[in-house]
Amino acid sequence: MNKLLLVPLALFIALVVFLFVGLGRDPHEVPSPLINKTAPAFQLPQLKEPAKTFSAQEMRGKVWLLNFWGTWCIACREEHPLLVEYARTGLIPIYGVDYKDDRSAGLQWLAEFGDPYAAIAFDVDGRTSIDYGVYGAPETFLIDKHGVIRFKQIGPITRDVWEKKIVPLARELNK
Amino acid sequence: MKRIGLSILALLCLAFVLIAKDAQPNEDPQIEARMKNLTQQLRCLVCQNETLAESHADLAEDLRREIREQMKAGKSDQEILSFLTQRYGDFVLYNPPVKATTYLLWFGPFVLLVAGAAVLYRYLKRRRELIEERPLTAEERSRAEKLLEM
Repeated sequence: MNKLLLVPLALFIALVVFLFVGLGRDPHEVPSPLINKTAPAFQLPQLKEPAKTFSAQEMRGKVWLLNFWGTWCIACREEHPLLVEYARTGLIPIYGVDYKDDRSAGLQWLAEFGDPYAAIAFDVDGRTSIDYGVYGAPETFLIDKHGVIRFKQIGPITRDVWEKKIVPLARELNK
Repeated sequence: MKRIGLSILALLCLAFVLIAKDAQPNEDPQIEARMKNLTQQLRCLVCQNETLAESHADLAEDLRREIREQMKAGKSDQEILSFLTQRYGDFVLYNPPVKATTYLLWFGPFVLLVAGAAVLYRYLKRRRELIEERPLTAEERSRAEKLLEM
């Protein structure tokens, strides 16, 4: 048989492989240009104590998580119990940004589902979340001691992501 | 009858008021034209098949507000685009920039085209070589003549 006849078959198989891999990928997971860049600075009033502020800069020297959420976000509700559970382990401090939200709704959410956050910034107009390139809440950033973003999770944190990515990376960064 | 007509008119007016809410009558028309032109080239990250100009997602509205404010502050389109790509990556651009990681995207089709043309050329050339002209034998000629007579 003419070997040349195998070329279209090989091309077809390659196409199928590409399409199959493409199907399995989540188009919503866009690689963030912020990875390995300094976390954008912000200073926002806190959700629970509006008179106090919280800023990314004051976290220098710590490895920490910054979680963007809102009471309007359905996937955040799914993620919340896990955050509460992980906050109890004390492995990594979790800070929140409640964005584009209503203050009383935010407070009620915490009262109802528990509060895993060491502090929560209240980003009423969503500007800080734009600076962090947030487009699909919840989103979570792991930030190192130098204030550099090392990992970003788009969508809810799952057990898999927590155990296999976030915790090992945080251990490494804490060394 | 007149009453029904009036209430339909009133409803229509209401509908127009609701539609008009979205437009910004007090904005500078020059900035609005720039806005329209720029946001049509940008992808809304929430509904990825919509442009930033037409999306009704919350984020798209906030980004339009941000872009409008930056335009008023005198930023150039290029500065605004880099503001957005610094945050969301090249993915926001419907027109991806030409750089090392996008060479395949930009030039791949041309490479395929050239490769296809080369394959076609070789194939045609070989086929031409296979054709050899050979005069008919006397027997074939008489057969052909018989067929033509029929």
